[in-house]
This record gives sequence, structure tokens and C-alpha cells, in this order.
Amino acid sequence: MNISLLFAALTVAILVWCFLLQHLKTKPWLEQGIIEEGGTTKVPAPRVGLWVFLAVVTSLFGLFTTVYNMRSQFPDWRPLQDPSLLWFNTGLLVLGSIALQLARGAARRENLDSLRLSLTTGGALTIAFLIGQLVAWQQLTDAGYFVTTNPADAFFYILTGLHGLHMLGGLWFWARACLSVWRKLETSPVMEITNVRLRVELCSVYWHYLLLIWLILFGLLLST
Amino acid sequence: MALAVALVLLVLGSVLFHFLSPWYFTPLASNWGLIDLTVNITFVITGIVFVTTNLFLAYCIFRYRYKKVDPALSTENGHKADYNPENTRLEWWLTIITSVGIIAMLAPGLVVWAMFITVPDEASEFEAVGQQWHWSFRFPGEDGELGNVDIRHITKDNAFGMDPEDPVGQDDILIESPIVHLPVNQPVRVWLRSKDVLHDFAVPQFRTKMDLVPGHVTYTWFTPTIVGEYEILCEELCGLAHFAMRGRIVVDEQADFEAWLDEQPTYAMLSQTEPDLGLGQASFALCAACHGQQGQGMQILNAPRIAGLDTRYVERQLRYYRDGIRGAHELDTAGALMRPILIALAGDDAIKNVAAYIETMPAEPQPITVLGDIERGEDLYINCAACHGAEGQGIWALNAPALAGQSDWYLVTQLKNFKDEIRGAHRLDLYGDQMMMMADILSDDQDIDNVVAYLNTFR
Amino acid sequence: MAYVAIADRDTHPHNPDTFITKYIWSQDHKVIAIQYAITAIFVGVIALVLSLLFRLQLGFPDSFSLVAPNEYYQYVTMHGMIMVIYLLTALFLGGFGNYLIPLMCGARDMVFPYMNMLSFWVYLLSVIVLLASFFVPGGPTGAGWTLYPPQSISEGTPGASAGIVLMLLSLIIFIAAFTMGGLNYVTTVLQARTRGMTLMRMPLSVWGIFVATILGLLAFPALLVASVMLLLDRVIGTSFFMPEMLSMGANIDYGGGSPILFQHLFWFFGHPEVYIVALPAFGIVSDILSVHARKSIFGYRMMVWAIVAIGALSFVVWAHHMYVSGMNPYFGFFFATTTLIIAVPTALKVYNWILTLWRGDIHLRVPMLFAIGFLFTFIHGGLTGLFLGNVTVDLPLSDTYFVVGHFHMVMGVSPVLVIFAAIYHWFPKITGRMFHEGLGKLHFWLTLLGTYSIYLPMHYLGILGLPRRYYAYGDTDFIPESAHVMNAGITVAALLVAAAQSLFFINMIWSLFKGKKAGHNPWGATTLEWQTPDTPPKHGNWGHNLPEVHRWPYDYSVPGEKEDFIPQTEPARMSAIPNREHAHSTK
Repeated sequence: MNISLLFAALTVAILVWCFLLQHLKTKPWLEQGIIEEGGTTKVPAPRVGLWVFLAVVTSLFGLFTTVYNMRSQFPDWRPLQDPSLLWFNTGLLVLGSIALQLARGAARRENLDSLRLSLTTGGALTIAFLIGQLVAWQQLTDAGYFVTTNPADAFFYILTGLHGLHMLGGLWFWARACLSVWRKLETSPVMEITNVRLRVELCSVYWHYLLLIWLILFGLLLST
Repeated sequence: MALAVALVLLVLGSVLFHFLSPWYFTPLASNWGLIDLTVNITFVITGIVFVTTNLFLAYCIFRYRYKKVDPALSTENGHKADYNPENTRLEWWLTIITSVGIIAMLAPGLVVWAMFITVPDEASEFEAVGQQWHWSFRFPGEDGELGNVDIRHITKDNAFGMDPEDPVGQDDILIESPIVHLPVNQPVRVWLRSKDVLHDFAVPQFRTKMDLVPGHVTYTWFTPTIVGEYEILCEELCGLAHFAMRGRIVVDEQADFEAWLDEQPTYAMLSQTEPDLGLGQASFALCAACHGQQGQGMQILNAPRIAGLDTRYVERQLRYYRDGIRGAHELDTAGALMRPILIALAGDDAIKNVAAYIETMPAEPQPITVLGDIERGEDLYINCAACHGAEGQGIWALNAPALAGQSDWYLVTQLKNFKDEIRGAHRLDLYGDQMMMMADILSDDQDIDNVVAYLNTFR
Repeated sequence: MAYVAIADRDTHPHNPDTFITKYIWSQDHKVIAIQYAITAIFVGVIALVLSLLFRLQLGFPDSFSLVAPNEYYQYVTMHGMIMVIYLLTALFLGGFGNYLIPLMCGARDMVFPYMNMLSFWVYLLSVIVLLASFFVPGGPTGAGWTLYPPQSISEGTPGASAGIVLMLLSLIIFIAAFTMGGLNYVTTVLQARTRGMTLMRMPLSVWGIFVATILGLLAFPALLVASVMLLLDRVIGTSFFMPEMLSMGANIDYGGGSPILFQHLFWFFGHPEVYIVALPAFGIVSDILSVHARKSIFGYRMMVWAIVAIGALSFVVWAHHMYVSGMNPYFGFFFATTTLIIAVPTALKVYNWILTLWRGDIHLRVPMLFAIGFLFTFIHGGLTGLFLGNVTVDLPLSDTYFVVGHFHMVMGVSPVLVIFAAIYHWFPKITGRMFHEGLGKLHFWLTLLGTYSIYLPMHYLGILGLPRRYYAYGDTDFIPESAHVMNAGITVAALLVAAAQSLFFINMIWSLFKGKKAGHNPWGATTLEWQTPDTPPKHGNWGHNLPEVHRWPYDYSVPGEKEDFIPQTEPARMSAIPNREHAHSTK
């Protein structure tokens, strides 16, 4: 529980700290009239929503890694030989993340060709990553490591699977971003460009975050 | 107004209830008076807070309630509330006072907890083994050490899972019945081990309690201080018959305890004596007179089928008949017939032999004499299946005999006996205790027929 | 990240015109709130009926054979699970959270209305899956609401074959629904507040719901992890939690796992869950007390601080549910200390509620009666929590009826009284009509007195040593006959209380059609939801212009003002300020 505890404590500490600094000193009954609040209200809702969602994702993976650590202390734990394919897959995901970062820049500069190219590349690399993960699963089952063979194996499947599901969810939003870029941008370029920027930006943030989570998970799987 | 009065009455009522209700701690029978002390400290502090805050609340409601003012008499529309957003000093004082109260409760709690988890060096030890829905116990033998155990060693002849190779375990004293004796005024550490699911070892009079966790060994300790009998309750939901998982601790004077312990078998004694089927067959002649040559039973003599019955079950029943635990009730006329036979069948060895022989006899299904609503019976039988198996095959590990193919008229009689406390009511029959509680599910004779009729479908 | 951006918050969202888009597939937070509330109350009634069935068995073990042990454990389990998750969590956050957050913050709707709608339908699916377990072979699980392995998935426990699978699936679906809703609530509070609505101008209801939602978003993943892993243990045969063990006398194919690991995960969710229910109740009760006492809430800053502190601390107290679980006994010192520390901010909230009434102008209308009833039951339940939170004191009391009495006072009766208070309080806004005052009062008296007579004696039966989760007590030496008589008495009280709840439903339905027209602000409240142009508010809430907030939400009985309340939308009056700082000392 230590890690998730730390995480929860950290989140709450940050929250409380921000809050304390800004607000608790005020005596709201003394202030009248409009107070313009900077910060949050000017941030688009989807961006706030994404960060809140990332907090949930962190909690989920934090708890899983904590349980992983606790369970691996028991004597029946037989460490798993991780398929070397995972290194290749990691590379794919890193490239995918970079491609989306490029797409973000292209969207900012309104460079449509570059945006289309990098967005497609990012998605393709991610799909390749997911296929690579499936192949890694296949290799493991061929080698006789099934979900039920050992808790270490079970955790490998569950952690990679869960991460893959989150990537799949990301692809759904990537697809919607593509839709705006190819379809809607053609019909109403002025209206849609802010939307496209936001969508691509959020995709890139999500990708970076899932890459970070993957690197942590991969490190965890390698270390035990 | 009514609310203020009601609050005052509720506070008064609660205080009166506290002092007048007949329900408080059972008299303490262990060294843990300090636990009671911490509870009482908490009662005093929380009691004061409960009374003062609620009376103050009632006062506020009474004093500051909205009153309709006759507009002819006054221009004011009632009284107006104060405008008082906060009072930091008051809040600080309240924080400090609360913290002091909290510390006054917490500190003794932590001190006593430190004592609770530190077992004194002079403590003797024994092991309580929990399983669905039964207790058994193990004492270290003369070497003072408990031998190794493992779930994987558990077989019908080795219900404790003793490691046969471990020399330390050979002299361990095994008590399979859920009644254990302990010496008075001797600190004792209980090792707690579960064979299957979570259980909890709790004795209300001792105030102690600890879960049994499969895969772990947990412990608790106490010193019994008063000679007497105390019930062990399982207090962790452990499945269907959780409420019927009872044991008993008998606290004895040291000498009585030692005498009792001397009578109990060691693992070596239990594992080395092989039953003699030949002698058992010879003794069976005594049984055959009523139960038939093939052990098939004869309804006319009130003798059920016994062929093929689990040896552990038969042994237990025969000992119960011998010791007047079963068949001693005045209404159990059929059971009473067994007593003289058991006097003829002298000694534990003879019982063991005949039981082993009976188990080897081929069991033939008995004719159907009971009819009932099979569907209703099936619904009811879910609760029986937890021990006796989904098809009434019996499960030795749960001390549950096979029911399928048994003489159905006998099952009806016995269910009635359990329900009417003719069988199972003896204080030493803790297995019967379970059946008495379970038989209460069957509301009437019709339900008994229904469940037996359902059992008749397995043959 | 599913979003239908309301790019311009000052214009109306699409206006649904057909019946189906208006009331069924609605994206209006108010309709979704009511859908949530009705579904939650519906399953809550089922859970109530289950409790009556097993109370009959407990009170009259020899005269009724309605309930066999397997059914008893199934009903107890489903009663607990439904009440905690599917009623209380869903009603406070999905119901009140949905209704109040946009209205109180001055938003037109939740920021992601489509996801909000999805949240309800997924929640409904989880309820359907849950109820479906009553109809599968073996029935629903009877493992206790804590679902502890190994018994929850091994033979000998009712519903260990199919029931438990549906239970876990339903929980996983529920968590998905909650996450979709929760993202909305948090983002709406953070992002969609109207002009002038600073965080420190939010009503405490919003604060309570906001912090509770954050707790939920961080704590429900623990339940998700536990459920997924337990489901894999059950369905595929992994051994995350399953130790080497016998089942029905046979060695089964598990080994090496730790049941205590599950307990840690479960309670890492389970304790914050208590506050997920309690914090919204705290917030709502603060507002109701303030409105009906015509007085500003006492110590607003301290109240906000306490909500945040309780929320934070709730993550480091979970193992006080496990003092006798066989975990490392040294944990006891830590968790007893943290648990008793959490009592300090909680106690301060209680003091501040009572000090809000001090020198107030208390109108004892129905919502106020329920709110004050909450104060009484919460003080009782909070104080008994000090027994169970303190590790040594817990020893003789854990797993007894004391625990049952405690958590029903603090987590059963108290939040339910707040739910009633809140429904009566906002009924005029939701429906535009007043409820029947007399029926409401009768409902209050029967509920408060009835529930207290159920749960007060339970504490003493617990001290005596009556274990909880017992189907029957049989002949147990230390249990006197009087305890069995008391048990019967408790059952009778429970039946009466349950019957009394019909008054509530009658009142609601009657008032919906026949109640007096309420007007837009019958209580004279300051907060934004009472300032809407229409009552009940229309889709989009605010007509053409969003409200602007000029003051905090508790300007009641301001000195020198004619009216005893000033709505938050009322522009500043500079003359009033000098009076405020020292208002209390000048009196």
C-alpha cells in the first residue's frame, strides 16, 4: 500500500497546499462584488477533465504496482523471463509519443500536411505497439507461461492488458481527432481549428502519460 | 419545542438505558481487566460529550426557536439571528479540548495494545485449528514444541496435516473434538491456524479475539482466571454454517487439566495403530442382530443401514452411545438400545476395529418409504449440502456422514430428534449442536419429508 | 475524455423536444439526477425489504421459517452492498451531486453532458446485473458485503459459483459509471463556475460533494483492482488472494496467495467510502441548518478545512477495520492514532453546526427537523466510532452487534436523515410544489425515534458479546433470555420504521400533483439554485444570462438589512461592510 498511500498523500497535499495558499486566508463574508478568478475557469473543460482522469489512472496503476510489490514478497513467486520483444515495443511507443508531440506542434503552426503525417504515424506506431504486445503474449503462452502458471505471469498479463486497454481508449480519441482533421476541417476550417488543436494536444498529453506509465510498469516487470 | 424536549428525553433515556439495561460485559474470566478499563474510560469521556453537546443543542433549539409574533403587538417580525461568521479563538479552544479528550482515550488504548501483542515468556502454548465449521486443538507434547504441519499432508487418517517425517510432531497431543481444557491462572498463547477459509477465535468472557487466516499462523494470548466453561465463537463470516461453528474451553485446576491431557492421544499413537478388520468383523456379530448381516438395517427393529458409513462418524457415534452422550434422552427409545451393546464392545480399540470393518461393507440403497415435495426439498437441501455434499455423499473432513441411500425412515426420525432436542442436546455433543441449529430450518414434519424425499433421488 | 464541448457557456445547449430525449435519453443534469435518485431509492427499498426478512429471522428464530441460512447470508450481503454502494453513493453523488453542482455553481449543465447521461445508463446496467444475481442458480453471493476471499469464491458459501461473479461484474460496471460521473462533477466544479463564484464562495454542499467525488475517484480504483483480481481468481484460477487450502475436504488448485492482501485493498477503498457518503451529507446539512436557522454557517473556513482534512485523513485509516484480522499487530498503533486524529476535525464540524443554531432564528420546518435529527444520530454514531477506532477498545467489540449499531447510526440513519432533509428541502425547487408539512413531521418523528430504538439496544447486545452475522444463536450460555426478547423488540421496531417510510412516498407522490405552488424561493435561501428564472429550472438553468455572484452563500440576518437574507446574486452594498467584521462582538 505504501506507493498508493504516498500517491494519495501527495495528491491531497498538493490540493490542500494550493488551496490553502489561495483561499483559506480569505474571509469570504467580508468580500463583496465580483471577484474574477484567474486560472481554472479559463482552461477548457476537456483539458481539466483529462488531468482529473489521469489522476484516476495514476491511482489505478499505483494500486496495481503496490499489490504487485506486496504479492511478489510471497515465497511462491517465480520471476518471469520477460520477452525481449518488449524492448522493441517500448521503442514503438516512444516513437508514437514523439510523433504526436510533432502533430501538436504542427497543429499550433496550422501546418496541415505535417499534422496529417505525424498524426497518422503516431496512430500507426501505437497500433503496432498493441500488436507487438499481443505477439509478446503469444510468445509467452507458447513458452508455457499461462495466466494461471504463477502470480508473476498473471500480473504480467493483467498489467500489460490493462495498459493496452487504456491505449485502445486513447486510439478512440485519436480516431476522433483524425475525423476532425480530415472531415470537419475541410468544411469549416475557421470554426474547427481550435477544436483540432485541443484534441491533438490532449491526445499527445495522454500518450506521454501512458508512455510514462508503461516505462514504470516495464521497469517493474524487469526488476522482479 | 417538541424537538428540544425530545432531545432531552433521548439523552436521559440513553443514560438510563446504559445504567438499567441488563446487557453489559459478561463477567470477566481472564487477565484482560485492562481492556474493560479502556472501554470504561471511553464510555465516561464519550458519555460526557454526548450529554453536554446534546443538551446544549436542545437548549439552542428551545431558546432560539422562531416564534410567531402577533403583528398587532409588535412591529418587529420575530427576533433576528445574530450575524456571527466565525470565532477563531473559540474554535481553537474547542480543538484543544477535543484533542485532550482524544489523547485521554488513545493513550491507555495504545499501552494496553502493547501488552496485548507481547506474549509473556512463561506462557504455555497450544494450537486452535479452525475449519468449516468445526474447531480442533493441538498441544505440544513432552518436548514442549509443536511439530510441522501442512495442508498437503491432510488425509482422512491425518486430519491435522501433521508432517509424518517430523520427529518433533510425534508427541503432539491431538484433540479432534471441539472441547478443550486449559489450566487456570496459567498464561497461554494460542496459535491460530485455518485449514480452509477465514475464521475468528473469540471468547467473550476472555475479551480476546483474533482471525484465523489460511496461509498464515496468527496468535493471541490470555490467562484464564476463573474455573468454568466458556464458549468459543467464530466471529468471522466463514460460510453457510458460520453461526453453528462452536467450541468450548473448559478451565480446570492444574491437576484436573493434567489428568485430562494425559487421556488424550498423541499423533504417534493415532498414526501407529492400524485397525484390525478381523477383530472388527468378529465384533460385528453384535451389530448384525439388528442391523442385519450386510449391515443393511431393519426398519422393524428401528435399525438403520450402517454398511459403508464413514469410520470417523461411526467411531464417534459409538463412543457417544457408550458415554451416554447419545441415546440417553428418555424419548430416544431406539437409541437407548445401543447402550448395552456398547458395554459389551469394550474399549476404544474394539470401537475402532468395528467401525473400520463397517466402512468396508458394500452399501446398498435402501427402499423408499418416505414421499414428499422434491422441489421444496431441493431448496431446503442447499443448506444441508454445505456439509453433507451436493449429492448427499457425505464429506469426512466436515464430519458429515453420507445421507444418500441411507434408510429414509431413519433420516426422518433423526431430523425430528434433532429438532426436538432429543438428539444433540448433550453438552458434550458439539456436532449434534450444529445439527440442532440446522434442523430448525425445517419448519414442520412435512418439510422433513420433503428434504428426505429429495435425498431419495440420489441412489 | 469524451466530451461534447459547450463551447460557449452563455448560450443554450441543444433543446430536446421529444419526450424520449427530454426524459429518457436526457443530457440535462437535473433529469439525470432524478433518474439516479429514483433508481437508487428503488434498489434501496429492495434492500430495506431484505433487511426486514432477515430481521424476522433474528427476532423470531423459532416462529418464522421464511429464511434459511443460505438466504439469510444472501440477504445480509445484498442489503449491505446495495445500501452502501448502490443507494448511498449513487444517491449522494449521482443524485444530489448531479442536481446541485451546476445549479449551485451557476453552470448551465455538467461540462460533459453526454458522458453524464452515459454514467446513469451504465449505473442502471450495474444495478440490473446486481439484481440478476437473484435469478441465477445458487442465488446471489452470501459472502458478506466485504466479499472476503477465500470464502467468497469457495464452496460452502451461498452464491460462490455464479452469484459472486455477477456481484464483481456489477461492481466493476458501477465503478465505470461512477468514474464517468465523477469526472464530470470534479471538472464542473473546477472549470464551469460562473463569474464571481470563487471556491470560497461555494456552498458547503458543493464542497462536500466535490471532495467526496475526489475521494471516490481515487478510492474506487482500489475496489476495481480487488474486484478484477478476485474475479480472475474465481473464473480463471489465478491465486492472487487464494492460499493453499482445503475446500469440502479436498485440496483445491490454489496456493500462495494472501487473503489479507484483499482486505487491505478492500478497506483502502472501504474507509474513504464511508466519507464518500458522509462528506456530501456534512455539506448538505450545513446548508440546511444555515437556511432554516436564518444564520450564517458558523466557521465557514473551518468547515471547508475540516472537509478537506477529513478527506485526506480518510486514506490513512483503513486498517482500523482489520485490528483482529491477523495483519501485523504493530499496524495497530499507527491506525489507532490516525483514526482518533480524524475525530478532531469531525468533532469541530459538529460544534460548528450547533454553534450555527446558537443565537439563530430557528424555523423548525421539516428539512430542519431532519437536519437536527442528523446532528443527534451523528453525535451518537461518531462517539461510538471512538470505541471501535481505538485498537484495544475494539477487541471485545469488533464483529459484534456493537459494530452493527455503530455503523447503522453513523452510516445508515445519519445519511438517510440527511437524504430526507435534502429531498424535503429541495422538493419545492425540483417540482415547483410544496410537500405536506404534517405528513413530513410525522415521518420525521417515527423515523428518528424508531431508528434510535433499533440501534441503541444493539450497542449493548454487542457489549454483551452477541456476534454479528449469526443466523441464529441457539443455546449460548452467556446470552440471557432477555437478549432474545430484545432482538424480537428490535425486529418490531424495524418493521414499524419501514412501514413509516410509506408516509414519505405518499407525501412525495401526493405533493407532486396536489401540493401548493411553491414559488421560486420558499425558504428565503441565498444560494444560486433558488435564484433561477424558472421553477422548476428549465434545461440550461439560467435563461439568457448566467447569474453573477457578488457575495458568499451565507448572508443571513446581516445587521442593518431589512430582509434576513441576501441572495448571492445581489450586488455589493458598501455600507454593510464595516458592520460585519465585529458583528458578533457588538451584540
